[in-house]
Amino acid sequence: MIRLLLFATLALTAVAPATAQPNNPPPSNPQGRQGVFAITNARLVTMGPQGVIEGGTLVIRGSRIEAVGAGVAVPEGAEVIDGTGLDVYPGMIDGGSGAGLTEVGSVPETRDNDDLGDLIPHFQALTAINPNSVVLPVTRLGGVTSAVVEPSGGLFPGTAALVRLHGYTPDQMLVAPEARYVVLEFPRTGRRGSFDQRSDDDIKKAADKALQKLNDTWDAAVAYARVDSAAAVQPEAGRERPYTPALAALADVVRGQRALLVRVDVAADIEKALDWAKTRRVPRVILSGAMEGWRVRDRIREAGVPVLAGPVLAVPTRASDRYDRAYANPGLMADAGIPVSIRSGETENTRNLPFHAGFATAYGWNRDAALRAVTIGAAEILGVADRIGSLEPGKIADVIVTTGDPFETRTTLRRLFMNGYDVPLASRQTDLYREFLRRTPSAQ
Amino acid sequence: MRLPALMIASARFLLLAGLSSAALVPVAEAQRRGATPARPASARPVSVQASLPPERASDDALPRARTGSVLVQGATVLTVSHGTLANTDVLVQDGRIARIGTGLSAPAGVPVVNASGLYLMPGIIDAHSHIATSSVNEATSPVTAEVTQEDVIDPFDVSIYRALAGGVTVSHVMHGSANVIGGQNETIKHRWGERDPEALKMAGAPRTIKFALGENPTRVHGRGNGIVPATRMGVEQVIRNAFEQALRYKAQNAAAARGAGDPAPYNLRLQTLADILDGKVLIHCHSYRADEIYMLTRVLRDYGVHRIVFQHVNEGFKVAPELAAFGNDAPTVAGTGDGVTNGFAMASVFADWWAYKMEVYYSTAYNAAVLTRNGVVTSINSDSNELNRHLYHEAAKTQRYGGLTDDEALALITLNPARQLGIDGRVGSIDVGKDGDLALFRGHPLSVYAVPLGTWVDGIRRFDADRDGDDARLSVRPDERVDTATLHVHDDHRCMEGVDLAELAAEATEGR
Repeated sequence: MIRLLLFATLALTAVAPATAQPNNPPPSNPQGRQGVFAITNARLVTMGPQGVIEGGTLVIRGSRIEAVGAGVAVPEGAEVIDGTGLDVYPGMIDGGSGAGLTEVGSVPETRDNDDLGDLIPHFQALTAINPNSVVLPVTRLGGVTSAVVEPSGGLFPGTAALVRLHGYTPDQMLVAPEARYVVLEFPRTGRRGSFDQRSDDDIKKAADKALQKLNDTWDAAVAYARVDSAAAVQPEAGRERPYTPALAALADVVRGQRALLVRVDVAADIEKALDWAKTRRVPRVILSGAMEGWRVRDRIREAGVPVLAGPVLAVPTRASDRYDRAYANPGLMADAGIPVSIRSGETENTRNLPFHAGFATAYGWNRDAALRAVTIGAAEILGVADRIGSLEPGKIADVIVTTGDPFETRTTLRRLFMNGYDVPLASRQTDLYREFLRRTPSAQ
Repeated sequence: MRLPALMIASARFLLLAGLSSAALVPVAEAQRRGATPARPASARPVSVQASLPPERASDDALPRARTGSVLVQGATVLTVSHGTLANTDVLVQDGRIARIGTGLSAPAGVPVVNASGLYLMPGIIDAHSHIATSSVNEATSPVTAEVTQEDVIDPFDVSIYRALAGGVTVSHVMHGSANVIGGQNETIKHRWGERDPEALKMAGAPRTIKFALGENPTRVHGRGNGIVPATRMGVEQVIRNAFEQALRYKAQNAAAARGAGDPAPYNLRLQTLADILDGKVLIHCHSYRADEIYMLTRVLRDYGVHRIVFQHVNEGFKVAPELAAFGNDAPTVAGTGDGVTNGFAMASVFADWWAYKMEVYYSTAYNAAVLTRNGVVTSINSDSNELNRHLYHEAAKTQRYGGLTDDEALALITLNPARQLGIDGRVGSIDVGKDGDLALFRGHPLSVYAVPLGTWVDGIRRFDADRDGDDARLSVRPDERVDTATLHVHDDHRCMEGVDLAELAAEATEGR
């Protein structure tokens, strides 16, 4: 398998200009190139109306999928990729990650997820995502082609962005202009890890205080939106308004122009958050996390709110919980009728998203439903189903060609297309493998 | 809100990594598997079990472990030591594997488990853990060889049960990584339900001690306390200094034994260090970077220490040939046949952790594969009460990253960690005479869809997926009003527990 992978990489390197000196070869472009590609004789798992197509052909032209089907003709001049024995899926989508926003966890200079202040919804994750992060090629080799990259920390820590893990600028990476989501860290009544030794009373006090702040801020945002909307009709009326970007960002949520991504995990907090959003008629709400969503799944279903659930590979929230609750959580919610996708909650190991989905499957979730959840299901929740999430003509070509089930641990990629680019299957981690498998010089 | 967030961040920064396993694959076996032949350095015969010191005298005081019997029928048996046996029965009697075969019948009173269509593997062994302990770091000095996890085993930690639910039967409970020479570790069996800490200890397991290199000890002592070491140069000198003191301690006592002068005043720290030099205590060293790994091999050579298990060793792949060759010059073991050396450097690694701190930024998930292919006995450990529940999945990642065979991948969490703990004569494979530590899976354990159904320790079923209830706790705090939720924090583990985290978090924020 690895050998094939290496050959694929070497083959790409071989197209370098003839002028290159042998001892100083130019690097292959890690972002690949666009063209016309036809993957033939493959098992196409479209996640769209065409279902699964055995022995099918998928044509990519430019950034788009042009054709999908069993009897599709290979266009003249297309580069043909023999997909015999291989599977083709849409790239997977992570509903919550820090990839590109943090490079090295312990080094503050490389952490851009959490700025000062509780009320900074206008701070944009997209601004600080590093397109050249070493993490991104590592992630996409796991079949994860896009992710909601989220700020975290205070009450409104910023605006998350759904990005494709490919490209040289934030604008090239953003999946759709509207694919941004204002994050609310809903006041929480749980402990934040084993290092949090606050008393139950202190935890409650902090949560109550934060909730008061949230309510005050929201009231201000509603008022701001009213003034702002009036100003849009009568431009003169708005000239004297002070510069309040935080309220402007929240006004977009008040008016339903942006979804509110509510980070919340504890059962009682989820109920409180749903009540809060209902009372204030927040137009578009997505729950993120919901580690205890299984406890209150009927309430979530009644609220009609979708969930980006996870991480799945996590210990249960309470010592008294059955050992497999975190594994089973997404499936329990989905089976209750809630639209569910998965967030890995990872940064450098966002590549493990398929394993989060795999464990949810092992512990009870229907496998096809889980696959749907990390592809077209995620795209639907995030409002980008017209662009990504399935293999359909006209969609952006985010396509993975695999040796089999993308959740299965031993499965590897044979080919990767992102935005139509034929992306080399290389990262620093594969480079180190090539350099050190048989090191020269060896031991003295 | 801010402070907890910082604390979380700091916990993550401070992660201590260890180096864990090395795969010692005989050439013939490797060739049979179709693997690239191992380098000559790895082909030398090594008997880990024979080379390790005898059990502690104090083990005689441990309570005799309760044992059980069971007949598992018709499973696909993944022996790890001698391949996969289809539709095979395994009989455990009084805590030991008594028979492996077909058509076995259960002696009177022995429960029978129908395992048709299921997979049976040896109980999984975690060579780096911080579960079942009430105290991790004695972070008061760069050298604290005198303290030991033996004194702080907590049989009530529900993480033990959850590990069983992941097929894990043995954990190497380690001191943290705050100190260059930390405390001694304890190898336990997951005898969940026993309330006496002594009952969890694995009698006969060799003594081991934690060392730690790199960012953690330099952060805690150099930057935290203003004492050496603040650099990797200092770490080397701390070790050399400690060994020199131990040599003098030994020399004075040896002279006194010959009647020349008084013995040295008793000092447990120096005595423990002397035991390391005498080969009575096996070093398990937290390490990440290739330079510091190589440094310790040089220091150990200088002091005649021929055995080392590196923990974490994220950059072990860069010095894999040196690790494979380490110990070649060690003396042979008496009574083990021709040319059996007692030297080795092994590696116990993460499957894919990286980038949570600077010293793991240049890592690769292919580490275990590179080490294995270079002839280093390698294991995959957890260092986490989350990860330890799916070590079978972590092992499977070596098939994605490096294409290891099923047997090679399974050895990473069974036989190889057993070698690294010096307990491979007792556990780590399904062989007649070994302990009845077994894990039963629905689905092949290397599949992401595998589910552990039952786990036996010494023939006693300690986990049953179909029968166990929700709340597995053995005890509840009497003042507890409600079981407060603890939210998931990435990399929330205990390697740096006991260190003043608020101060360190502030330091991290200020970027000092």
